Amino acid sequence: MNSLLRIQAIFIKELTQLKRDKMTFGMVVMLPLIQLLLFGYAINSNIRDIPVGVVDHSRTGLSRVLMQTISATQVVKFTEHYTSEQQAVTAIARAEIRAVLVIPKDVSQRLARHRTLGLGTTSSTKGETSRPIAQWVVDGSDTVIAAAIKGLRNMPLSELLRKPVNRNTPTFEVALFYNPEQRTVVNIVPGLVGVILTMTMIMFTSAAIVRERERGNLEMLITTPVRPVELMLGKIIPYMFIGAIQVIIILGLGHIIFNVPINGSLLQLADATFLFITASLTLGLVISTIAKNQLQSMQMTVFVLLPSILLSGFMFPYEGMPVVAQYISEALPATHYIRLIRGVVLRDVHIFEMTFDVYWLSIFTLAGLVVASLRFKKNLD
Amino acid sequence: MNDIAIKVSKLNRNFGDIRAIQELDLEVEKKRIYGFLGPNGSGKTTAIRMLTGLLKPSSGEVEVLGLRLPQDAEKLRLKIGYMTQKFSLYNDLTVKENLQFIAKIYCLPSRLQKTRIDELLNIFGLENKINQLVSTLSGGQKQRLALAAATIHKPELLFLDEPTSAVDPENRRDFWEQLFDLCDQGTTILVSTHYMDEAERCHKLAILENGIKRVDGTPEELMQQMGVHVVEIAASDLRLLKQKLIKITEVITAAQLGARLRVLVKNSISDPLVFLKKQKGIMPGDRLSLVRPSLEDVFVTSTGEGRQ
Repeated sequence: MNSLLRIQAIFIKELTQLKRDKMTFGMVVMLPLIQLLLFGYAINSNIRDIPVGVVDHSRTGLSRVLMQTISATQVVKFTEHYTSEQQAVTAIARAEIRAVLVIPKDVSQRLARHRTLGLGTTSSTKGETSRPIAQWVVDGSDTVIAAAIKGLRNMPLSELLRKPVNRNTPTFEVALFYNPEQRTVVNIVPGLVGVILTMTMIMFTSAAIVRERERGNLEMLITTPVRPVELMLGKIIPYMFIGAIQVIIILGLGHIIFNVPINGSLLQLADATFLFITASLTLGLVISTIAKNQLQSMQMTVFVLLPSILLSGFMFPYEGMPVVAQYISEALPATHYIRLIRGVVLRDVHIFEMTFDVYWLSIFTLAGLVVASLRFKKNLD
Repeated sequence: MNDIAIKVSKLNRNFGDIRAIQELDLEVEKKRIYGFLGPNGSGKTTAIRMLTGLLKPSSGEVEVLGLRLPQDAEKLRLKIGYMTQKFSLYNDLTVKENLQFIAKIYCLPSRLQKTRIDELLNIFGLENKINQLVSTLSGGQKQRLALAAATIHKPELLFLDEPTSAVDPENRRDFWEQLFDLCDQGTTILVSTHYMDEAERCHKLAILENGIKRVDGTPEELMQQMGVHVVEIAASDLRLLKQKLIKITEVITAAQLGARLRVLVKNSISDPLVFLKKQKGIMPGDRLSLVRPSLEDVFVTSTGEGRQ
């Protein structure tokens, strides 16, 4: 009973302080809003209109039609013409273009002799086999760009020869569940909830105890009968509500602006979010008991935040990471939450069908609370 | 009934190589105001922090209100109030919000809370500041609020660490009146200060320097037992006279007070007036008089270079 009273006292005090701190209060709303718009519009793995150049040695009607056909895919956009490969490579180095298409003098013969595209003209000599009709020289440093251009390798060119489109039966049929239109934003928005909660929840609570220490309030607090765990709970409960508000902003606006579906039940979503918020808050508290001042607590928050963005599966798929990175990824609460929220929001899964993630978040929270309460000593030694 | 509120023997506290408190023995009677007098860095705050259970002693015995520290620190918290040297309430809360917070932390029943807060606001003259943010209060008001917060649960024992360091003289006087009121109601108070006039108001005091207790007792005892003659000299060139006098071994110190020089002479000299008149630098026209020692004289004799 007394314990509850003290938790309530700290809870009310935190809320009142938060209410007075207009800047922080504004950030609670503006941060998710701006990030949602930023990431929602900016992150797109369907690449279009890569600027490329061309070195056309054949200067025939065919080469021009070839370029038009490639442009029509909208993957690349021809912006420059060069007379030599040398010029083109320099342009790539200067990052004026990402790739260059080199069309050889004998493009029409190559096309004619091409095994699948061509007219089936037999080779004049035995050694002369079918050769690619042109070459892409690509700045391969960005793998996503390179992959997009590599995707052009087997593009159909049948209309070039006014042949009927090759209607081969594909080896596999691919049925795309949950995001049939392949819109990146559908995957990004639920993940963004995880990233933004990681950022705000850890940031707020990591500063919570450090701030009391910096302002001298802690010396007063520890002479009172308040217990460490009461202090911890009283401090994190207000932020649970803030976390909930942020989730509503991101998913609500994501649904309205970006048409991100919410297929699962809201209750499941709330459960998963509650687990994650408490996990992040206790992590913040642990940081708060380690850091000596607010600058240190901020640095430690960033230390957790960066892997949470890059290794949690938010930006890059978990499956692509090396084993060590996967271990780190598994340790981060954000990884498990992003799995859960994508499961609930996109695939309408019940969170207890993803038991491992649920357990991990629960254990993480408990361990965090214990560590923070143990580390927080009621003395000045 | 035990009349001793604080009993300390052979208390030591080291911070690395620094010996902040050395072999401190202390006995504080109940319902008294006990003072720690000492310059900055003399160990006053460290001593108070150990007596409140905030710091663990390196060695020694501490018993506060019959509870042994540091083992029983949690039990002690309900019985003591502590006003920190630096203001430690919340600047971004109002006066009322701060007091309500502290009241709840001490689990005052909600019926009592309101009456107790009103009572405190009345005692400490903060009624018309109820809804004001603490950051906008003056130094004196903040200090009264801090005392109100420290006494909200009516502690038996109150620790005040340099409570008046940020307060003007008038507020200081009022503040001490309030301390005596609390003392009359049965509260034991331990207060640290570096003001002589405040130390003189204490029932008993200990003078600390470099973590060592130099002397303790009532201010009157200390002044009587000092073992020093105090002579005031009215002369023309006091600066020069002072330079000459302090070279004499029997003269402990000399300090200028306006147009007079206050000279402390060792007890081994039976007639200090005759002794001083024989010294070089004293002109025949100079007036010498024996005066009553002050606490400052005690402080000067028992600390620093004046220590025998």
